Amino acid sequence: MRGKTTGLVASLLAAGLVLAACGSDTATTGSGGTSSPGSTGGSTSPAIKVGLAYDIGGRGDQSFNDSAARGLDKLKADLGVEAKELEAAAGETEAQKEDRLRQLAEGGYNPIIAVGFSYAESVGKVAKDFSDVKFAIVDDFTEGTDTGANIANLTFAENEGSYLVGVAAALKSQTGKIGFVGGVNTPLIQKFEVGFTAGVKATKAEATVDVKYLTQPPDFTGFNDPAKGETAANGMFDAGVDVVYAAAGGSGNGVFKAAKAKGKLGIGVDSDQYTLPSLTDVKDVILTSMIKQVDVAVVDFVTSIKDNKFVAGQKVYDLKAGGIDYATSGGKIDDIKAKVDEAKTKIVSGEIKVPEKK
Amino acid sequence: MRKLSPRSVLLGLAAPVGALVFALLVCAAILALTGKSPADTIDAMATATQRPRTIANSINSATTYYLAAVAVAIGFKMKLFNIGVDGQYRMAAMLSAALAGATFMSGVPQFLRIAMTIVAAMLVGAAWAGLAALLKVTRGVSEVISTIMLNAIATYLVSYLLNPARLAQATAGSNNISTRRIDAGGQVPGLPYPGSTSKVFGLIFLAVLVGVLYWFVLSRTRFGFELKATGLSESAAVASGVSVKRMVVYSMLISGAVAGLVGMPQLLGSSYGYALDFPPGLGFIGIAVALLGRNHPVGMAVSALLWGYLDNTANSLDVAGIPREIVAIMQGVIVLSVVAAYELVRRYRVRAEQQEVGRALGRTKTLEEVSS
Repeated sequence: MRGKTTGLVASLLAAGLVLAACGSDTATTGSGGTSSPGSTGGSTSPAIKVGLAYDIGGRGDQSFNDSAARGLDKLKADLGVEAKELEAAAGETEAQKEDRLRQLAEGGYNPIIAVGFSYAESVGKVAKDFSDVKFAIVDDFTEGTDTGANIANLTFAENEGSYLVGVAAALKSQTGKIGFVGGVNTPLIQKFEVGFTAGVKATKAEATVDVKYLTQPPDFTGFNDPAKGETAANGMFDAGVDVVYAAAGGSGNGVFKAAKAKGKLGIGVDSDQYTLPSLTDVKDVILTSMIKQVDVAVVDFVTSIKDNKFVAGQKVYDLKAGGIDYATSGGKIDDIKAKVDEAKTKIVSGEIKVPEKK
Repeated sequence: MRKLSPRSVLLGLAAPVGALVFALLVCAAILALTGKSPADTIDAMATATQRPRTIANSINSATTYYLAAVAVAIGFKMKLFNIGVDGQYRMAAMLSAALAGATFMSGVPQFLRIAMTIVAAMLVGAAWAGLAALLKVTRGVSEVISTIMLNAIATYLVSYLLNPARLAQATAGSNNISTRRIDAGGQVPGLPYPGSTSKVFGLIFLAVLVGVLYWFVLSRTRFGFELKATGLSESAAVASGVSVKRMVVYSMLISGAVAGLVGMPQLLGSSYGYALDFPPGLGFIGIAVALLGRNHPVGMAVSALLWGYLDNTANSLDVAGIPREIVAIMQGVIVLSVVAAYELVRRYRVRAEQQEVGRALGRTKTLEEVSS
């Protein structure tokens, strides 16, 4: 009896572990390998060795991490950089993140790019010990934690881009009911929500925004669970919502699937999702996308080091700097583009101040 | 207690070592099938051992895993499956972090402040587990179901409380959100490890103490005897005057209190606040470690170290171009094969004992007779 129950628990547990391993394995094919230096265009200077530490999900998450990976691929092609890509595991400790950055620094990688705010503390610590190595952290600028003479903080004004797609959603909605599906309820995604709601309200004061977050931290699966996205979006569509903004990474696929089944519209995030090969089936429901150009930031950062023009401190990628934008692929918003662009101009000029926090 | 003959020691070791070797072979096969070199993998893992930082980090992970394993094992000894260690430690870590970081605590002497934090964590963990115990003894709700559900409730409760309007505070420019940082007066200093940038958690002593107490209570006290007796046979325990309901409540409360300790080494030795990135899932690792260590105080320590070592070599594997997921596969295969191996060894042992008895009585049973 005893052996039986223990055995049962063990097998469930083991199956879970193996499944978890398989699940994340598919998302990471291609990570970890050292890329070949490629042709350096006949230049004699040694190739730049870029170390890149991804957040959970790594290359292949079709969202945030992939955007950074795109930047890296461009660098490989254009500058012939060498790269080492490492990936965070779910449930790891601060010490393990720090170890990852230290291994990159010890391995002679310079510059080192940390993708995601959870690297804030470790970047601060490791940068102090490797003053010759240049670091960049995406999505975080905390005075005293990850600031220093050799750290660049690449942050984005996601609220501004979200405002613009909010304007588009309000103009396109027939029911006046609009939905927001957030991946995980964190301050970062709340920033998307706040900007989006502001955009909707500024365009159509009587419109409502139905907000739903897929998971609560520390459960970060909300960024990579299309089934959850589909369920949430279906609930919204059934309640009369006709446009849903999916700020949910890979879970957005589910939102688009639901939109397609019910003949409604979805709005993409991070990349121009209309053009993504993996979303070809559902692209005709993607109204527009809020583009967060992490790839541009990555390319800028490495290029600045190559040209000896590294600048420490915060670099804001907003509408003005072109680090944030909205997508027009598919031509679904051609008729309202003028109005969205008007809002864009006003944000750039400072006439409209988009809130960041609730 | 079983007599310690060389043979029984050998048999005791045969299962875990055999399982480990088997797991290594399975992983080697998987690596070879996916076109990666098993030799490179072993090389990368061996190189990792030479890095003092990896060892220090492994010890730290093991400290946390050990506490989680003991919390689970207390339930296991009673045949109670406390799946809720995960929710219990997260609730405990979050609330005690808020307490330890509160402004009024800065005037409290360090020792007292740390003690208050730890006691608070134990109380929260016990209370959260107590809910499941209460449901079980009053309404007969299976603790497996209720603790899983309480885990989900804990997740929502913690993220509700981890809000600037409540127990957390936002830092300008940061996308993280944390309880107020515990200043130096509330931290547990780490022990320097030669050559490593990471210090070993000072609360490793707490884990050792918990291990010693676990051993003492289970094998040297009446309470421990009653606990084990209830686990082995409820009806026999009732017949000898043990109140099963009382034992359920006590063991869940103690299991929860130990679960409350799980987050403490990390909180007071490294994080100094409960933030979005506080390590989740430790309760489930505890289940695996307890199974692997067979609920034995030393066995669990060894398996916690193994687990911690495997987790902390993942980065080195990633650097060497070997998929880090092989670590999770190895852990899964180890748990599965260890349980199978224990069962094989148990059968072998029973058979051997029966044959010995048979010989002593001047008659050897045939295999069929033994196994029937």
